[in-house]
Amino acid sequence: MPQARGPVSTNLRKLISNQHTEFGVDLDAALRATDDVLQDDDLQLALFMAYELRYSGLQGIDDDWEWHPEVLALCAAIERLFEAALRERVSLPPLPAPDVESVAAALFELTGADSGPSVSRFLAKKATDEQAREFLILRSIYQLKEADPHTWAIPRIRSRAKAALVEIQADEYGGGRFERMHSELFARTMRGVGLDAGYGHYIDAVPAITLASSNMMTMFGTHRRLRGATAGHLAAFEMTSSQPNRLYGNGFRRLGYDANVTFYFDEHVEADAVHEQIAARDLAGSLVTDEPELLEDVFFGAAAGLYVDGLAGAQQIDAWTAGHSALRVPEYLDLPA
Amino acid sequence: MIAPDDDAADIPAAGADEPVSITAYPNGPLLVRGPFEIRTPTGVVIPPRRKTVALCRCGVSSLKPFCDGSHKAIGFRTEPEPPAPQPPLPA
Ligand code: FES
Repeated sequence: MPQARGPVSTNLRKLISNQHTEFGVDLDAALRATDDVLQDDDLQLALFMAYELRYSGLQGIDDDWEWHPEVLALCAAIERLFEAALRERVSLPPLPAPDVESVAAALFELTGADSGPSVSRFLAKKATDEQAREFLILRSIYQLKEADPHTWAIPRIRSRAKAALVEIQADEYGGGRFERMHSELFARTMRGVGLDAGYGHYIDAVPAITLASSNMMTMFGTHRRLRGATAGHLAAFEMTSSQPNRLYGNGFRRLGYDANVTFYFDEHVEADAVHEQIAARDLAGSLVTDEPELLEDVFFGAAAGLYVDGLAGAQQIDAWTAGHSALRVPEYLDLPA
Repeated sequence: MIAPDDDAADIPAAGADEPVSITAYPNGPLLVRGPFEIRTPTGVVIPPRRKTVALCRCGVSSLKPFCDGSHKAIGFRTEPEPPAPQPPLPA
């Protein structure tokens, strides 16, 4: 169970661990008080904890809380603010015609134009062993449940797009073989550099933007309305993955790690070169052909993914170039009730 | 250490009767699906790491025969470029 980071996450903790019988925070006031929901530790952590109830649960917390009206209301309120902030800040490219060719071409253009500061180049050339480890810690929040947020979309879409999503996700899950599941490969990489690969082990060390990146995927995935955004997010993710993973692998090799550590990255160079083709054309392109009204959300999901991960990456590089840790220093004291 | 892909050759094909399909993705690799086997010139089977593979056709992948996404960096085109405007013929 993560440490609370403010009044909302504190009271959510108390509610779901049965120390309180009602939520007991003026949520509207907390939402009004935030100046940036993407960087708000308290709100992003509260949303993250509520969302974890939809995945593998929180230790010691009754699973019934997942569908409890107070928890759902909390999610809905934060989600409204979160989605509105993303829609306001993420700029969309000119939308193409709603057919496979045009959608794929526009996605390749969007993802190819992404030229933000590059964590992968930093890793390949400059990162110290400590920074490489921090990189793994930050990534572990998503990568130890890699693929899960996009899987929510499988029952929500049909026909060719569904088959394409299944084809990608099956590969993400190692073709049904535990030791080849990408989340498990990532765990092996973590253990290989001496980190704890337990799910959620480093949750208290990651900043709000890392939680926001994961929360965004879960928000897209668990709302049928946002299935277009899930498809676009996955496409953009896969389309900006092969070459960065090659650089990550090179970085860990430069630091002296062997194939046991770099295999995760090397595997992604090859896998994502397959996935990006399927995701751009057969998933996103076919989905928009079937449901043209999802066109804008496909590009919203793609652009939002690039935007949030760009912010997270810039923060890491800023911290590292200034000689600081990119990890969070816990400052909020969660006093016992 | 055990090489991670040592045991990969036994990924079962979906069905013996299923034909192998090769799909040419525009400006990118060839995606191969079905019960295929990839061999070196001397006949050694290259163990596939996944059911669907992407074969490089731009020539610059560092993972050949597989695609590594490099085709994007070199602007590989499988479709003819739109014709450049022709200079007028000298009179
Ligand atoms: S076709 Fe992708 S690297 Fe050659």
